[in-house]
Amino acid sequence: MIYWNSFADFLAMGGYGFYVWGSFGLTALIMAIEPIIVARNQKTTIARLKRQLRAESRADNRNTAE
Amino acid sequence: MKDRFNFYRFASPATFYPLAGALIPFFVAISVLFGLAGLYLGMLVAPTDFQQGEGYRIIFIHVPASWMSMFIYLVMAFWAAIGLAFNTRLSGMMAQALAPTGALMAFISLWTGALWGKPMWGAWWVWDARLTSELILLFLYIGYMALTAAIDDARRADKAGGLLLLVGVVNVPIIYFSVKWWNTLHQGSSVNLAKSSMAQTMLWGMLLMAMCFWMYSIAVALMRVRTIMLERERNTDWVKAVLEGEGK
Repeated sequence: MIYWNSFADFLAMGGYGFYVWGSFGLTALIMAIEPIIVARNQKTTIARLKRQLRAESRADNRNTAE
Repeated sequence: MKDRFNFYRFASPATFYPLAGALIPFFVAISVLFGLAGLYLGMLVAPTDFQQGEGYRIIFIHVPASWMSMFIYLVMAFWAAIGLAFNTRLSGMMAQALAPTGALMAFISLWTGALWGKPMWGAWWVWDARLTSELILLFLYIGYMALTAAIDDARRADKAGGLLLLVGVVNVPIIYFSVKWWNTLHQGSSVNLAKSSMAQTMLWGMLLMAMCFWMYSIAVALMRVRTIMLERERNTDWVKAVLEGEGK
């Protein structure tokens, strides 16, 4: 089933190792980092909007107290 | 607020936000499954290519990324057309959520193409019709993102960006048919419904990887569209309810 004779063979990619792993490596990196960045943006956006919401409701309370 | 059940219900951000949130883990899971199966077939089982040696294995990401770069652009242009025609809120958000992922797919396509071209053609880059039109696609993505980011009013940004998307859509068939229309250094399509020039395991490996990239793109775009929704609709009751529901 498995095409390769050894792990070293697999890594060497018949002499194309640099090109094959350079392609797969960067693609894997991009597909790992992009979701992390998007998830972090979601978190910081929620935190910022919550701060704004609290600030607004405090301002509203002051206005009604006066 | 009438309780009518129709298609437009899902076009409302208040309904779509939780729906997207529920769908993300599902798309992530099937993307990983397709990816593992595709990598297993493509990298471990598939035989070598008698012309290109093991270097051909780059196509297992090059082709799916290239397909997605074109497909995502078409989907964005579709949303742009819907947005311009019906003035729907969600369509502009969808287009903006897809753009960075489409740009990354175009970049991966060019990057892996260069790493394939160097050993096979002896050059990282040539000004070939296929390569040049794909580079223009990357510039269209970047131009769309820069344009929409430069306009403060979200609805006007959607309109300007939508026009750019619709004008630029002419580039997609040029990329796709470039290998037929011109004498390009880039090889013709390897996947053909009538008779594929590839071995069965190679073909399946590539199709599985394409599904992996597709599901990945949907998952990331859904994640991104949720952030855009909160940002744009921050003054609405439903966003306030979502924010209050989020744990401290």
